[in-house]
Amino acid sequence: MLSRVAENLYWMARYIERAEDTARLLRVTRHLMLDFPGTPSLGWSSLITITGAEDLFDEHYPRRDEASVVSFLCADRNHGGSILAALGAARENLRTTREVMPREIWEEINQLYLTVGNHLSGGIAQRRRDDFLRMVIRGCQTLVGLVEGSLSHGPARRFCEIGRLLERADMTTRILDVRSANLLPRNAEDLTPFENLQWMSVLKSLSAHQMYRQRTRNRVRGPDVVRFILQDANFPRSVYRCLDDLCRNFTALARHQDAVNAAAMSRDALLGASGDELARAPEQLHEFVDGVQIGFQRIDQTIRETWFAGLDAPAPVISG
Amino acid sequence: MAQTEISATTTVREPIRSQAGAPVPTIDWTKYESKTYDELLAAAGTPRAAATELVRHLAGLAPEEVEDLKTTAEVAIQVMGITFTVYSDAGMIDRAWPFDIIPRIIPADEWQRTEAGLAQRVRALNMFIDDLYHEQRIVRDGVFPVELLEESVNFRPQCVGISPPNAVWAHICGSDLVRDGDGTVYVLEDNLRIPSGVSYMLENRNVSKRVLPELFATGRILPVDDYPAQLYDMLASMSPRQDVEPSIVVMTPGVFNSAYFEHAFLAQQMGVELVEGSDLIVGTDDCVYMRTIEGLSRVDVIYRRVDDMFIDPEAFNPDSVLGVRGLLRAWRAGTVALCNAPGAGVADDKVVYAFVPKIIKYYLGEDALIPNVPSYLCMNPKERDYVLANLDKLVVKPANESGGYGMLVGPHASAQKRAEFAELIKANPRNYMAQPTLSLSTTPTLCNGGVEPRHVDLRPFILSSGQDVYVTTGGLTRVALVKGSLVVNSSQGGGSKDTWIISSEDA
Repeated sequence: MLSRVAENLYWMARYIERAEDTARLLRVTRHLMLDFPGTPSLGWSSLITITGAEDLFDEHYPRRDEASVVSFLCADRNHGGSILAALGAARENLRTTREVMPREIWEEINQLYLTVGNHLSGGIAQRRRDDFLRMVIRGCQTLVGLVEGSLSHGPARRFCEIGRLLERADMTTRILDVRSANLLPRNAEDLTPFENLQWMSVLKSLSAHQMYRQRTRNRVRGPDVVRFILQDANFPRSVYRCLDDLCRNFTALARHQDAVNAAAMSRDALLGASGDELARAPEQLHEFVDGVQIGFQRIDQTIRETWFAGLDAPAPVISG
Repeated sequence: MAQTEISATTTVREPIRSQAGAPVPTIDWTKYESKTYDELLAAAGTPRAAATELVRHLAGLAPEEVEDLKTTAEVAIQVMGITFTVYSDAGMIDRAWPFDIIPRIIPADEWQRTEAGLAQRVRALNMFIDDLYHEQRIVRDGVFPVELLEESVNFRPQCVGISPPNAVWAHICGSDLVRDGDGTVYVLEDNLRIPSGVSYMLENRNVSKRVLPELFATGRILPVDDYPAQLYDMLASMSPRQDVEPSIVVMTPGVFNSAYFEHAFLAQQMGVELVEGSDLIVGTDDCVYMRTIEGLSRVDVIYRRVDDMFIDPEAFNPDSVLGVRGLLRAWRAGTVALCNAPGAGVADDKVVYAFVPKIIKYYLGEDALIPNVPSYLCMNPKERDYVLANLDKLVVKPANESGGYGMLVGPHASAQKRAEFAELIKANPRNYMAQPTLSLSTTPTLCNGGVEPRHVDLRPFILSSGQDVYVTTGGLTRVALVKGSLVVNSSQGGGSKDTWIISSEDA
């Protein structure tokens, strides 16, 4: 597989995951706002913090109100993480590599992008917003399903998975970081029922509430939530699971040693964390998440150096 | 020609759209009248034999059903992402491919004769190109004027003495055919550089299967979809390493090229890599490699869709960023096959065109099976005088423009425009040739809610491996959607249709 093609697929998958995660976040926030009016860490402003696009947002919008935030995250072409821009970028990446993908995938992403564009050009009425977000999520899930069901187990599929997993892990840590910032109590035993509900909101932001309940069979407690999101081996959005799957995908590729090492290092570092301590101290959690994200950057850089290497990178001549 | 893009630049007219609310009558063939030869109807109300079923089927549709079919086609084209790229003041846009749902029909027995004529033509043209880069016998024998060769902008001195496998230079040729009012089919031009449009031929068929499935049930519409397999086999046969499975790539200038859709489409259909210049590298061993996730991988055959002048900054345009440094060196060393070969365009200019009947006679000892449109070369004083005196009756073409640009359609042009062309011809006679305006045939096309005759041409594609010649089953029918217009280029208000070769009832 061409290096350029591998790189495009990696980014295509990242952008699809980004669009889906953004849609999920917006959807959940709406529900949370109804349950916890006036809680800053759950407010519209927090979404801008999660996506890490604060400067860009503040440059273009006077206030972080609902209309501005929704418009920024759904329809703003200046913002690479907006649903429209992400789907557009995913489509553009696929457009230049469509010969390696099953045709249905191109047709689906093409149609999803055009439909989303059409919806957004008419503005997003509050009443129809949930339908719109559900459509985006379903469209992205369809794409993931098409990859799963129609793309052979080869390098193309590996790079799609790799992009998706890394983006997902990244988004999970961002949500954990921002959503828990204002609600970490000094003493975990002091949990008020209200704070309990807020920890629940962290889970809900990740569509993790049901799976958490099945796993812990216990009431929602901060340390358990942190453990579940960072360390659970089975939940598909937990950081541990994403990194573990990354390792597996890397192993299937040629010249994978550096990438496997980078991902395994990040994965194993997660196990060293104590849920109790992190749930008790907001600064510590924040610091820990920073460390995890630096690990993601290292993984991304290793992927680029190993497989997408530019003009001058040394590459061995292979037979055939 | 060469880069006869089915897509391209400047002014663009919107594809015809249904007009919501306007009352639409049922198709009434008794009112259909063409002023010239019509491909589907012999006379108003009377379909030609091969078109009988189609004409009857369409007449049996209610107006809403016709609208439905149009919508089905529009949706299919949008969903399938069939686009062509145009450039305008607003930047680059991907436009939905303009498609008319009524196919153009050619009976199989007629098509067989055309096929034989095209194969003959391309065989002779390849011998001509090979001769020009070697002994130039045709020039020495006084059949082809030496001045033409000396002034040819498409002759590549870098290619002299090179012997590509099987002496094939133009592996893929797209020849444009037109039919005159009396029913005679002519070759209008041959595209031997990087002809485009074949993907649209294949996609048109996919759309029309969705729109008119009932008619395919008869089994008499010959399939077109073996083209990618034929293309692959031809390319594979060119590989310098016949003992291993060849590594074939399609080389594109990139996503901003107007024919990018086609490059990607063909690579996908053949299951080969689509590469850009930057994906390739020529090693110190003069072999071509592509950069892959596993390392550098040897390339045997390059189906290049990048113009000669840009494929190798070392040999041609030094500023090209689309090419691969050293590619010509590798080709000359015989480690890689380039299709089409650089320099093949020498046989692809509108002045050389006028010599094709003589070229066929010279190399094959045969008369051309498909006639040329009578052509007047402005380089010959007598013919030039005739052209200058009859500009109002002629179509004047520059030798090396593509996409219908820089053309004068005499009967439709203003006196001032004709005067401008007269000056251009006098200043550079070698660069111009003229042909009588043909009464281009028409075919029924959905317009303004009804059916009206519109002019069409046909571009079949011919593959040459040196052992075999393969001709597509039909080709790409292009239609001038604007009433009375003769310009079929999609960049200038043209659309396209599916082309059906229909086998006779008892076949």
